[in-house]
Order: sequence, then structure tokens, then C-alpha cells
Amino acid sequence: MTDPSTAASGSSVEADQFVTGAENAKPTTTKPRSLASDAWRDLRRRPLFIVSAALILLVLLMAAFPFLFTQADPNYAELSRSRGTPSAQAWFGYDNQGYDIYARTIYGARASIIVGLVATALTVLIGGTLGLLAGYYGGWLDGLMSRIADIFFGLPFVLGAIVILSSFGSTGTTSQTQILFLVILSISLLSWPTAMRIMRSAAITARQQDYVKAARALGASGPRIILRHMLPNAVAPVLVYATIALGAFIGAEATLSFLGLGLRAPVVSWGVMIADSRDIIRVAPHTLLFPAAFLTATVLAFVMLGDAVREALDPKMR
Amino acid sequence: MSIQDEALPVGTAPGTPLLRVRDLHVEFRTRESVARVLNGVSYDVEAGETLAVLGESGSGKSVTAQTVMGILDTPPGHITGGSIEFKGEELLTATDKRRREVRGSGIAMIFQDALSALNPVFTVGFQIEEQLRVRRAMSRKDARKRAIELLEQVKIPNAAGRVKQYPHEFSGGMRQRAMIAMSLALDPELLIADEPTTALDVTVQAQIMDLLKELQLQRQMGLVLITHDLGVVAEVADRIAVMYAGRIVEHSDARSLYRRPSHPYTEALLESVPRLDLKGTELRSIKGLPPNLADIPSGCPFHPRCKRVRDVCRTDVPPQHEPEPGRLSACHFAEELVAGD
Repeated sequence: MTDPSTAASGSSVEADQFVTGAENAKPTTTKPRSLASDAWRDLRRRPLFIVSAALILLVLLMAAFPFLFTQADPNYAELSRSRGTPSAQAWFGYDNQGYDIYARTIYGARASIIVGLVATALTVLIGGTLGLLAGYYGGWLDGLMSRIADIFFGLPFVLGAIVILSSFGSTGTTSQTQILFLVILSISLLSWPTAMRIMRSAAITARQQDYVKAARALGASGPRIILRHMLPNAVAPVLVYATIALGAFIGAEATLSFLGLGLRAPVVSWGVMIADSRDIIRVAPHTLLFPAAFLTATVLAFVMLGDAVREALDPKMR
Repeated sequence: MSIQDEALPVGTAPGTPLLRVRDLHVEFRTRESVARVLNGVSYDVEAGETLAVLGESGSGKSVTAQTVMGILDTPPGHITGGSIEFKGEELLTATDKRRREVRGSGIAMIFQDALSALNPVFTVGFQIEEQLRVRRAMSRKDARKRAIELLEQVKIPNAAGRVKQYPHEFSGGMRQRAMIAMSLALDPELLIADEPTTALDVTVQAQIMDLLKELQLQRQMGLVLITHDLGVVAEVADRIAVMYAGRIVEHSDARSLYRRPSHPYTEALLESVPRLDLKGTELRSIKGLPPNLADIPSGCPFHPRCKRVRDVCRTDVPPQHEPEPGRLSACHFAEELVAGD
């Protein structure tokens, strides 16, 4: 806890921790704290965390209940108001087709957030599981998985995604949910090696700890050691990666949509909106500005959250 | 096996001992070299008896313990020979399942650094209860009750409150007590303590040793005490095995060993203990470094550092002598040493 602004508020807590000599005499009355609750206490005092968490909460709210923010229909277009500039009726103006940009920006959060969340969950699940197994068992299993990860790691992300999406998603018959699914799948497929490497190195570190040896010495089985003793101690770096990746994946969805490979109309997403504004940037820059600003703010919020969480979970950074 | 009869350790009662280690060989294989870490270690431990295993860092004390527990990391460790019998049952050839059953409930182990041996993300109570719930199929409530009992047995004050705390909230001595409680949860018949007091300060060391001794008496456990501290050993050990370069060089009852060591290495170890009556004089130490286990010297492995070295030591590996009844020494001149030059 080097931050001078938090030193004053934290002093009473710290003083408690240094009382070790008196422990024989005084039964401790304070409730014991776990790493998670410790991290939470730490997080609540960080401005970086508060700002990013507030932003993320807002975006999540937009994704879940868009009608709270706007009465306008994002799919109602009127060509007569095409490229209308921001006004009292339409705060963000109208785009080329005469859609209300404010309404579409609000409704666009949902697709972006779904892609980000599900792709992150999938990436962490695949990468985390494989990394944990590779780290615990080592040997040929580790070698095999690491080489497979290397292969996927070697694929350039955009190129890989273009190949996957254009070979499976180009036919006209694919429905919107299928495209959503494909976008998610291609992002996770190309990103799991990072999660795996992070989890693997954390698992190797955890595996060499005495408490894992002690668990073995007391007769714990392999799965029990992995799930009970290694996972909780190895999960923090992957969680941090996940928060940062979430932002990156939302950006990736926008990239793919912009390239015309990802989500496409009638689905509303920030990437689709940016793609739509491509041809009229010079005459109507506001059509690009608003969705891009929301995208940037959301990605930034997740990256900042990741930073804050990393610092809170890493005792050495205090 | 002929070695079995030849190198029979002292104090071996007829019948089956609790733990019988015979001619154990372990190698650490790395890309560059093969280190022969254990070169024929044999010892017995009876119920209710304390065997102290003494030696410098790298002499193979901990590797022996890990091999007995079956938690040696392979690679790099490979067991290349020998046998480990627990109550007459060979462990090295036993199935993984059977070995796991023995761990904890038959043989348990406590580690040097209790802070790193306790999982930081769980409460102390949880870690004790986990074993009871999984291995003894106890309910949460019963396990909690038993955990508190165990913490009381290892003399942790306010056990009922402490059980809910995390390892980092315990002091060093308390953590080692909690570690002991954890290893005793399944009532093992043999406890291996790997330098249990090294990470603690002197006053706490004595408390922990007293506690171990007391628990051993109560439970009639066998205790293998691994240490490099001669002071710790003197008070609690029944028998002492001194290890050097992966061999047991002297094996004797504690009293005779302190009175008159039968191996020059033991002699040098005893001389290097700081003494108050020699205050002001230079501290005695053993010259040189422990041997490189990838390249153990010919003949007696201790000869480059031995002040009694003679020609024969450089060429011939000394066999186990029995200079006195009930003592074993791997020195060509064990008899001379015991007789006192």
C-alpha cells in the first residue's frame, strides 16, 4: 500500500496485522479475511477501479435494458433525415440511412458485450483448463499442448479470423445467431493459447509450492490437488488477462464487423455502425464519432479494470 | 538381498519394524549429468521410536523422506534400487491408489516452512477438515469439531476461533503447530518431520520439539526427525543416522554417538558446534564443500575433507563396520575412533 492517499484510511487495518506477539493472550475478534475480500477492500479505494467499474456497469445496463436509455426504435429508418446532425430530437444525429445514431449506439452495446463476454469465457475455459493440465502433469502432455498452442499462436489474429469467417460464414443462409456464434468461436479459437500459457506458468509455480507437496504427502488425489489447491492459487493472472481480453475482444468484434466479416445488418453493433459510416466520414463525421467513442471508452474501461484487479490481486504490488 | 543382512541397522528388533528402508538408490537425471543423490540408504523405525537423520544440506536427508512418502518429483528424481516397507508392505511396487491410502493415514509428513506448506487461500481449519471429510467421510460439523480438538492437542490457544483464520494470520510457531495438527488428522503411525524447526527462532524451536515428543509418546508414533541441528537431536532422538553424500555413514544410539563418534564426519560435526567454554577462539568448521553428487570422490566420499585420511581411504569404499555392538560406521578406522586413538 504505497499510495499515499490511501495510507491514512488503511492505517487501522495495517496496525492490526502487525500484532503477532499478543496472539497468545488476545483472542482475535476481527473476522478473518480471505484474499478475495482483501482484494475487494483494496479495490474499493482505487479511483481507477471506481471509474472503470462505473463505466462498465453503465455499458452492461445499456446491453441488458436498452429501452431505459432511449424511446427511439433503432431499426426505424427515414431517408429524409439522412445524415442529420445532432439535435434535441436525436442527440447523436442520423446516419446515412436515417437511423437514429443514439438509439443504435445504445442498442449496439448488446451485441458487442455478448461477443466480448462469451468469447472471454470460452477463451479462459479452454486455455485455463489446458494450461492447468499441462502445468500439473508436465512431460509429454505439456509438450504436446504447448506445441499445439504455439501453432495457434503463430496465426495472425485478423488473418486467421478472416479465413475462418469467410470459409464458414459467407453463405447467405447463415442466420444472425450463427454469425454471432462464428465470430465468438473464431476469436476464442485464436486467443486461447495466451490464456493457456498464462495458466500453465501459474500452475507450474503453484505445483512447486510446498502446500501442493504437503497435499500430496497427506494423500490427496490428482484432481483434488488441481482443483482445490492449484486452481485458486493460479487463477489470478488468468482473471486479469480475462478482464483485459474482454476489452480487446469487443474491439476485435468491431474490427471484424468493419471488415464486413463479422456481424452485419440487421444486427446492430458498434462495429457494424463504424463500418456503415466508412463511406461518409468526410461529410458526416458524427456517424463515426459516437459509436467509435463508445467502443473506445468500453475497451479502455475493461483494460483499466484489468490493471486495477491485477494490482489488487498481487500482494507484491502493495 | 545380501546387503540386507550385511547393513542391518542397529536396534533392529526381530520381526517387522514400522518402516524398513533398505539399500535405497535415487538418481537425479538432468540433461548434463546424473547426480547420485542416494547411494544405498538403509534404516528401520519402530513404533514409538525417534530416529534422527542428520547431515549437511544436500546429503540426501530430505530426498530419503520424499522417497519414502512417494512425493519425489520424477523427473528429475528416479528411484534406481532398494525397498521401502511399511509394516511389512512393500511401497515402491504398490499401486498409486494404495500409496495414497498410506499417505496421511499411515505415514504423514511435516515440512520445514509451514507458511509455504499451508495453502494461503484456505482457512487453517478447512485444510485440516478437508482430509477428514474426504478420507474419513466425516460431516462438516464433525470435521470442524475434530479440527478444533487437533488444534487444541497441538496447544493452539483459542482453537475454536483460530480454526477460522488463514495461515497468514498465524505466527511462525503457530503455523508449524497447525501444520503438525494437519499431519496428525488421520492418525498416522509414522511421522516424518523434515527440519520442522529450522524456520523458527530458538525459543519456539524448543516448544515445537517438546510438542512433537509429547505427541509421539501419546500416540506411540514412529518419528523420523530430519535435521542439521545437533542441539535439536540431542534431546529427542533415540537413534541417530548421520548422512553424507547419499549414504548413512554412522548409525548409532544417540548417547554413544555423542560420547564418542565412530566416524570422522560425525566427529567433525560435533566439533563444529559452537561452545560457550571456547568463547573467543576460532569457530571450528569442516574444511571444503560437500561433494558434487554428479562426481562423488573415489573411495570414501568424505576423504577429501577428512583429517584422518590415509591411503586406503582414497581407493577403497569403506564397508559398514560394527565397531561396537549396536553401532554401524562406514569408516575404515571405526574401531580406532571408538577406542579413542
